[in-house]
Amino acid sequence: MKKLISSVSPHFHSPVTTQRIMLDVVLALLPAAVASVIIFGWRAALVIGVCVAVCVFSEWGFEKLCKKENTITDLSAVVTGMLLAFNLPVTIPLWQAAFGSLAAIVVVKQLFGGIGQNFANPAITARIIMMTAFSGTMTAWVAPDGVSCATPLALITKGEMSSLPSLSSMFLGLRGGCLGETCILALLIGGAYLLIKRVISWHTPVAFIGTVALMSLLCGKDVLYELMSGGLVLGAFFMATDYSSSPATKPGKLIAGVFCGLITILIRFWGNFPEGVSFSILLMNILTPYIERLTRAKPLGGVKR
Amino acid sequence: MKLHGTKIPHNKNTADKAPVALPMPAEVVIPMSMHIGRPAKPVVKRGDEVRVGTLIGEADGFISAPVHSSVSGKVLRLEDIRMSSGAFVTAVVIEPDGNQTPDENIKPPEVTDFESFVDAVRESGAVGLGGAGFPSFVKLSVRDLSAVEVVVINAAECEPYITSDTRTMLDKTEYIFKGIDALKKYMGVKKFVIGIEDNKGQCVRRLNEFCSKTEGVETYVVSSVYPQGGEKVLVYNTTGRVIPQGGLPLDAGVIVINVTTLAFVGEYLETGVPLVSKVVTVDGTAVSEPKNVIAPIGTPIKDLLSFCKAEEPSKILYGGPMMGIAVPSADAPVLKMTNAVVAMDEKEATPPKTTPCINCGRCLTHCPLRLDPRAISRAYKLKSGEDLESLCVDLCMECGCCSYVCPAKRPLVQTNKLAKAALRDYKSKKEDKK
Repeated sequence: MKKLISSVSPHFHSPVTTQRIMLDVVLALLPAAVASVIIFGWRAALVIGVCVAVCVFSEWGFEKLCKKENTITDLSAVVTGMLLAFNLPVTIPLWQAAFGSLAAIVVVKQLFGGIGQNFANPAITARIIMMTAFSGTMTAWVAPDGVSCATPLALITKGEMSSLPSLSSMFLGLRGGCLGETCILALLIGGAYLLIKRVISWHTPVAFIGTVALMSLLCGKDVLYELMSGGLVLGAFFMATDYSSSPATKPGKLIAGVFCGLITILIRFWGNFPEGVSFSILLMNILTPYIERLTRAKPLGGVKR
Repeated sequence: MKLHGTKIPHNKNTADKAPVALPMPAEVVIPMSMHIGRPAKPVVKRGDEVRVGTLIGEADGFISAPVHSSVSGKVLRLEDIRMSSGAFVTAVVIEPDGNQTPDENIKPPEVTDFESFVDAVRESGAVGLGGAGFPSFVKLSVRDLSAVEVVVINAAECEPYITSDTRTMLDKTEYIFKGIDALKKYMGVKKFVIGIEDNKGQCVRRLNEFCSKTEGVETYVVSSVYPQGGEKVLVYNTTGRVIPQGGLPLDAGVIVINVTTLAFVGEYLETGVPLVSKVVTVDGTAVSEPKNVIAPIGTPIKDLLSFCKAEEPSKILYGGPMMGIAVPSADAPVLKMTNAVVAMDEKEATPPKTTPCINCGRCLTHCPLRLDPRAISRAYKLKSGEDLESLCVDLCMECGCCSYVCPAKRPLVQTNKLAKAALRDYKSKKEDKK
């Protein structure tokens, strides 16, 4: 008789793997990617392609250099590349997009230990680095027809409500902005897919978007425009729900979502920048370990801490 | 609110298969330790003639259980065998004569009061047949009988594949209720709850027929979400009671007893035949004819597997795939608490590749006891006894939900086991310092 395998229980494992989860996120991002090409043209595909390629290559290269196990097959670098591209204007010089991708993977992700160990979301942080480094090209917005224009949030800040696109154009993404953030319809389809596949839970997106809606209402702003402008939907479904940089407990997810919403509102209404989604997510990333500690469940029959 | 758990495959392929007797094995190997506690002391020697039910090992100390011969025949030898835990235990090897002559001393026990009832349960050799193997009479030796407010009968059978409890409920229903009657009569228990998963409709209907004729017994159907059969989980979900950390069910006024154990006690009171055979579910990806078999205790597992046409299994388990123990060899015998033998093919048997933790939190949202395996792993790596204590790792019942759902396939249960040992170490060192 052949030798028996002896291992510790359990001997069954769920079919869900890290790679499968990341593949689901990629699939969920695809509608918005397709929408960005339709809205902004083929250059959107080029920017996404460059970001994904550089992210995957720099992960492979860094791990090769450090003699670490190669992890590019888990597809997490692909997700980072897509998300970073979604946060860039379509006109971004490609070398700048490549630089941001390199920073996302090497500085934010790998230097902190790779997948699961980074305390901040790589795409968000890289975007903020790029906004500081290339503030001109990072805010060179164009309308779908290629003519330079202001984003809806900038218009709202200036009080030029009459020049805003119609609500249906906002929903379909026919406005100036980052290439992956504009088409709310595509983002909602992707978000729903992630919820159905249980890759993410409803807590963070609902708390995040709900807080922005409530605060906009209280501050007398146009709620629907506030919700569909900027990177709110993209951020709430795809970035604030990032596993390694957000709380894993359910109450923690709610708290993170609410504070992301509040910080977004503070920056949008009273801050120097027209948009605050990226900053709010990064700030809450830093607080994640504390939120988790605060919201740890009391085990059944156990004493809390 | 019910405790959550994990949806896992049920694979109850053998639920409708009435148990069939196994052909007599060439020899049976009966270890003296098939229970938690001190091993029994062998009382037979090489060459002795034994019959079915002859005492071959007597209980040694309070927490121990007697062992009886499962066949009639001749003692070939006493030898030390290695159990799946790695420990060596004396086993009595018997060559069956094939006649299965019962021991002449077998007669129904005389039970008149609580004490003689507990004595009878001790003599029967009964241990927790759900898999734990805790001597049943110890559990029933309650000092203050008024503390027992409710008996929870564990009929959840939440592990995949296993249907031996299902067969008990269908084939031995009257003995379950004889057992209930005995607990009523001799222990004064008034309330019984049979906790059962909703994937066993025919068992529920059968039990309900009997419940309607018996006072104080109700079935409580819980959803088929693993691990409903975990003691803490079942007690909470059926009665709302919480077993305190480090405590026993009795601290919450509950005694939990497995349905097959109870049926055995009921049967023993009527027949006096001690625990000598088991209904064992044989199933798994390497088994082409899954069956429920009636096997004499001590039968080598390989006999069960060849009877059920298992080809070249790569992994063999005592019990189900969630908490079962992988045995090092198919020579391992059927034990008192063996309720299933699962044989897996190579594809299923090979442990999946472990990748880095992605901090997704699935382990903590699926832990029925609301532990945080992710944080426990970190604390264990840092050797922080303080953190392990605050994370209550000692509550872990090793059900396997965390490892099952982990997308990175990390060995979380294994780490919890190691962390529990580390915490015990830390606590005893803290005691020493005082």
